[in-house]
Amino acid sequence: MHDKTLAELAAALAKREVSSVELTTHFLGRIERLDPQLNSFVTVTAEQALAAAADADARIVRGEAGPLTGVPMAQKDIFCTDGVKTSCGSKMLDNFVAPYDATVVERFKAAGLPMLGKTNMDEFAMGSSNETSFYGPVKNPWDTTRVPGGSSGGSAAAVAARLAPAATGTDTGGSIRQPAALCNLTGLKPTYGRVSRWGMIAFASSLDQGGPMAQNAADCALLLNVMAGFDPKDSTSIERPDEDFTAHLNQPLKGLKIGLPKEFFGAGMDAGVAKAVDEAIAQYRALGAETVEVSLPNSGLSVPAYYVVAPAECSSNLARFDGVRYGYRCEKPKDLMDLYTRSRGEGFGAEVKRRIMIGTYALSAGYFDAYYLKAQQIRRLIADDFKRAFEQVDVILGPTSPTTAFRLGEKTDDPVTMYLSDIYTIAVNLAGLPGMSLPAGFADGLPVGMQLIGNYFDEARLLNVAHQYQLATDWHRRMPGGFE
Amino acid sequence: MSLSNEDVRKIAHLARLAVREEDIEGYAHSLSDILAFVEQMSQVDTEGVLPMAHPQDAAQRLRADVVGETNQRERHQAIAPAVEAGLYLVPKVIE
Repeated sequence: MHDKTLAELAAALAKREVSSVELTTHFLGRIERLDPQLNSFVTVTAEQALAAAADADARIVRGEAGPLTGVPMAQKDIFCTDGVKTSCGSKMLDNFVAPYDATVVERFKAAGLPMLGKTNMDEFAMGSSNETSFYGPVKNPWDTTRVPGGSSGGSAAAVAARLAPAATGTDTGGSIRQPAALCNLTGLKPTYGRVSRWGMIAFASSLDQGGPMAQNAADCALLLNVMAGFDPKDSTSIERPDEDFTAHLNQPLKGLKIGLPKEFFGAGMDAGVAKAVDEAIAQYRALGAETVEVSLPNSGLSVPAYYVVAPAECSSNLARFDGVRYGYRCEKPKDLMDLYTRSRGEGFGAEVKRRIMIGTYALSAGYFDAYYLKAQQIRRLIADDFKRAFEQVDVILGPTSPTTAFRLGEKTDDPVTMYLSDIYTIAVNLAGLPGMSLPAGFADGLPVGMQLIGNYFDEARLLNVAHQYQLATDWHRRMPGGFE
Repeated sequence: MSLSNEDVRKIAHLARLAVREEDIEGYAHSLSDILAFVEQMSQVDTEGVLPMAHPQDAAQRLRADVVGETNQRERHQAIAPAVEAGLYLVPKVIE
């Protein structure tokens, strides 16, 4: 059953070929048996999952099922889950049992999807390899000596190894798309404001966005139908009428204009990645799309600008972790200052501390204009580049990440090298656009992802463009050896 | 921009982070590397460019001033490190 897509599992449930309890038991068994190799889960919620599955079965019998009722899934451990530990990959929240559900979690509960557990991640979503987690690194199921990408590395590894049919991720600078690329999955970062951030532990509030990770685009569309929608509890949630993201999946691509940004095809990309992406472009031409060269002249400054904006927002957001109301508190604080500084110093890992300090510095008196204001101006230039490109084309295509999965430990000593792993994804977050990654082939046995970028609120078109490619190719169906 | 050990101590204090003395040097290096990398921003002229704080340039939404949430003090304090009589406990701040 585990090789089936979400849509296929939902169909099997609707036809009563399998029950939700059977499916959930099957996936829980796989997690128990196979996850020790991967470390993709922080918490497995077997008991709650089986109870939710029994409820889902009853709902199916009553004829009250929704499109995904009864299909189990996993939640990234950044989403608050009522009564279940929500660690965000940090020692700071190792003892934190959330007192409420994130809106995303609430929506999946209401739709009847049992939660298998909470997936491992880079600490506070700060990382591109899942090596900054307090719970240890996650391994890539395609090669367990390599990283799955990050920060949604646990979600990516779990779905790639078919320990869960789908999972949620969050993407601040590429944290859904880059791990999806490195693990041969399809992942979508929606337009900023599409998916509620309520109960999603904040890293950089003007960039963070939750989204689905699954085997293919059709499954992502079904998941986004559950996740997306206006939420009055999130002050940046966009008020728009609900949309059916599956509605345009079957539209042919004839006449589609695909922009190829010349800045995304230069030096720095591995030859194997370049080859796979070139073949994907040829496939799109065969499907009737037209390709046009476009330019995003300021995209080269996206990583530097991001490493001011994101740390600045993180230093402010993470000020809430002070050892007073919840989370880690140091032993025997001698005074209030000692309580604050030691709880934070002992509770946060090195990369989180680095980013808090960069942000603190960039926002401090005398440096604000040179760093934060400058970065926000560059952000405007980057968004304007995309605006001009979308006057010419419908979607933009390029690589997701410059390399395939790298080895564990390869980039941990050099933060800047690690940051460049997100060189093609970060501009999309700065502009607030939707972007997705989908399997485009393999290089030396490791998955290569291609990225599709859409105009604001154009997720349905992105999903259509990805789905049509997946009807013509089978890269997304390939499974890692040893996890059959 | 290169940061000294003293700069790191000052920033760590502003951020309320206790950093072990033996780690200061390492942070001075890595933070300096990051700032040197970020320095590339100065290559582009941004004179007169309006800073972008929000992807859709949306304004903060307002809501009617009516009661929504109910008080859940016990529930929220159940996960606190130290609580007494409905209050969060911290070390003494006034002698």
